[in-house]
Amino acid sequence: MLELALHILDIVENSIRAGAGLVRIQVREDEARDLFLLRITDNGHGMSPEEQRKAMDPFYSTKKVRRIGMGLPLLSDAAERSGGKMILKSRPGVGTAISAEFGHRHIDRQPMGDIVSVLMAIIVGNPGIDFIYRHEVQGRIYLLDTRNIKEALEDVPLNHPEVTAFLREQIAEGLRDIGAAV
Amino acid sequence: MAKLKIEDLKKIKEKVQSQTALREGGHRAKVTVHMGTCGIASGAREVLDALMREMEETGVSDVIVTTSGCMGLCSREPLVTVELAGKEPIKYEKMNENKMRQVFKRHVMEGEIQTPFVLAKGAEIVR
Repeated sequence: MLELALHILDIVENSIRAGAGLVRIQVREDEARDLFLLRITDNGHGMSPEEQRKAMDPFYSTKKVRRIGMGLPLLSDAAERSGGKMILKSRPGVGTAISAEFGHRHIDRQPMGDIVSVLMAIIVGNPGIDFIYRHEVQGRIYLLDTRNIKEALEDVPLNHPEVTAFLREQIAEGLRDIGAAV
Repeated sequence: MAKLKIEDLKKIKEKVQSQTALREGGHRAKVTVHMGTCGIASGAREVLDALMREMEETGVSDVIVTTSGCMGLCSREPLVTVELAGKEPIKYEKMNENKMRQVFKRHVMEGEIQTPFVLAKGAEIVR
């Protein structure tokens, strides 16, 4: 993965496959503490302690088509390469939380990349699931909650071209306003 | 704190509702972009982005866009499945933004299967 945004997309896809109804995505940029934090929390079906141990093995997967599961190992490796670490917490029936800490200024920390198109992909591709995106840069916060959007839209689908064009613009503007990393 | 302008969304809602009031529901097609780790690493996000932008430009609202996981053919990613209403699904392999735009214009909109990019016909079981 060349961008942190792609890791976010990958981990959120895990949450979706785990049957989550609500997925929280948090990004925190804290230059003073040299920290770039990603956290994805879901209310999917969770993992047993046994599954959690195996999840870090790239040759373990719950998929039936191919016994390879690279998502979490790739994220963990990316965090460690920048002097940080990934922490996985999960409880069966409750959900899973993945935190990845990166060294903000570390030369091997991937750039954030195109987070706007990642958010568009997960929001529009999964209209039945709610997402909360919270991005904090030195105390400035951008917050997006798809539940508010759906409420305002009533029966107009999220994937209507008028809506997607508007959302793309809004998210980009919101992130520019707080000075989010690209 | 930057806020999403809910009033703007309501304006869009009213506009869209007035436009679609005359039309019957139902969808022309469903397009699935496979978003496993393999797909993402090989450019599936760019493919999906190209598709959504194309739909925005042409104002097409009767196509469902969705994502799915890895189907075990990681070396053929990015994969895209196009399912026209009442037709068998067609799987396209090794997609990119340009191929996606072509498939959207020719296959999704005009029903013309883009044979050079086709991997297979029919559905697979994804789990």
